[in-house]
Amino acid sequence: MGIILIHILNALLYASVLFLIAGGLSLIYGVMRIVNLAHGNLYAIGAYVTAWVVGQWLVGAPTVVLYLLIPAGALAAAAAGAIIEPTLLRRFYKRAEEYQLLVTFGLLMILEDVVRFIWGPYPLSASVLWSELGSIAIGDALYPTYNLLVIAVGGVAAAFLWVFVYRTRFGVVLRAASQDMRMAAALGINVNRVYVQAFTLGCFMAGLAGAIIVPSQSAVLGMSVDALILAFIVVVIGGLGSLEGALVGALVVGVVREAGIALFPEIELALLYLIAAIVLLVRPAGLFGRTA
Amino acid sequence: MTAAFLSRGGRSPVRPVKVVASVAAGVVLLLVLPYLLAPYQTLLLTYGLVMAIAALGFNLLLGYTGLLSFGHSAFFGVGAYAVAFMVKYLDLASMELFIVGATVASALVTALFGLVCVRYTRIFFSILTLALSQVLWSLAFKFFWVTGGTDGLRVPTPRLLGRAVAASEDKTTFLVHAYYTYVLVLFLACVALMWVIVNSPFGKALQAIRDNETRAEFVGVQIWRYRWIAFMVSGVFTGLAGALWVPLNGLTTPDILYWPFSGEIVFMAVLGGFRTFTGPIIGAIVFNYLKTYAVGFTVYWQLLLGVILVTLVLALPTGITGSAGQLLARLRRAA
Repeated sequence: MGIILIHILNALLYASVLFLIAGGLSLIYGVMRIVNLAHGNLYAIGAYVTAWVVGQWLVGAPTVVLYLLIPAGALAAAAAGAIIEPTLLRRFYKRAEEYQLLVTFGLLMILEDVVRFIWGPYPLSASVLWSELGSIAIGDALYPTYNLLVIAVGGVAAAFLWVFVYRTRFGVVLRAASQDMRMAAALGINVNRVYVQAFTLGCFMAGLAGAIIVPSQSAVLGMSVDALILAFIVVVIGGLGSLEGALVGALVVGVVREAGIALFPEIELALLYLIAAIVLLVRPAGLFGRTA
Repeated sequence: MTAAFLSRGGRSPVRPVKVVASVAAGVVLLLVLPYLLAPYQTLLLTYGLVMAIAALGFNLLLGYTGLLSFGHSAFFGVGAYAVAFMVKYLDLASMELFIVGATVASALVTALFGLVCVRYTRIFFSILTLALSQVLWSLAFKFFWVTGGTDGLRVPTPRLLGRAVAASEDKTTFLVHAYYTYVLVLFLACVALMWVIVNSPFGKALQAIRDNETRAEFVGVQIWRYRWIAFMVSGVFTGLAGALWVPLNGLTTPDILYWPFSGEIVFMAVLGGFRTFTGPIIGAIVFNYLKTYAVGFTVYWQLLLGVILVTLVLALPTGITGSAGQLLARLRRAA
């Protein structure tokens, strides 16, 4: 029983992080109709900034302070997003999709090396936060308490986003803009402001994912590309542009990965891609997507 | 206004004699280059020609059919791994057999992938090709007892037309002379074949689909079948490039199946200009030099290439050939 519970918790752990990354990607696509190939890099920036603050800059500071500084990575990613959208991406909304993919691919290459330039080629770790919390007994096995914290953050973030998108004025503006940008603009909504806000929020989510996962894994080069591919699978299953879809997709991917690692490690990744391909064939817009 | 002028769609008049003469001069130059250049430079050029075949194939989809594939690493990888498997499991060494094997393998894989992918266009086509290519990547990565995993598979120098490397000849001399000429001949054959394809009724139908799907359908073009065949032709060209690349590199690893490699192929086409026939060829050769020197120049070569790509997309979306053409036209008008 304890083992099964641990598998379930692990699946939820994957799902929480993936939901944050893929939810951000999906939110950005929903509003701006742009697939940001550099999205994984914002996740990496979140991880690196938090690892640097906690593991290097303020090493030795009271632990409480360090826990409170975890969101630093998310804020850094949001700041990066707030710079990238108006200076670079905004010029591409009216151009063909291939140019949008290309410019974000170029951005991916740039950000990958900016991270290498700032923090060097070696992994950065913030494991003090992970080990500090110890572990709790589940059945006859031990489970790291920090992982439960990550799952909780994922859940809270999902709830918070739902309230944000469906219960606030900003959420109404966001949904209006994603449904019909021209109509929204005609009704007096400042479209450029919505764009930069949505992009910043999407980047914040990716950065938060990196920031909360980095104490249990290290920040390494290449984490961005891996994360992007998994986020792609999530949004393809759930539907590009849908937050509910990102949640369901993240749960599917989380469960399949956890089951795959335990039962069929060789084809775990292939199976995920195949599920994504099958969903695209049966429902091109994903389980929760709407056709453009 | 001459007939030649009209047939070029209002562009500058080009006499066929002139075209034949410049193509012949180019071929002669390419043939004597190994005797003029340092061996390393010829090696780089060989890599460039191989990538040019891949980019040429890729551009049949992007430039002529209007489909952006982010999964061409899959077909390049299938060609490369087909050769590696023939070496490892069948103990073969003949380059001609490798080419046949890689062509058949990539035709089969593209036929299967194409059936799935060509039902979609735009962003969904790109994501689907990307997802399917990553299935192959993860298989090559995980089934290490078959594929060698991240260590990859080694491929020794093959026999060309039944002739093995002579004992007196070292590997570099073989690659720079015999293998270079072999690649050059195949490259020229591929360029000629692709030229025939894009100017055939089939190629015109693809361009009609690209420009207006609905109209093409009204004229009686069976859209998905044309796209499917274009997808296969495109993939087989890229697979052939993969097969030619392996002996040159001596090793194939899952890296060439990973999706950033697909991004590099896209980069080549855009760098050269995907709206022209010669664009991807020039783009591939230039990209190869660019990447090699960027990697040698700085560890931050990705940053350099990324900045170039972003600048290109922002300022010169027509690539090298398009921008050169505009520049020439402006100079001619000024004169």
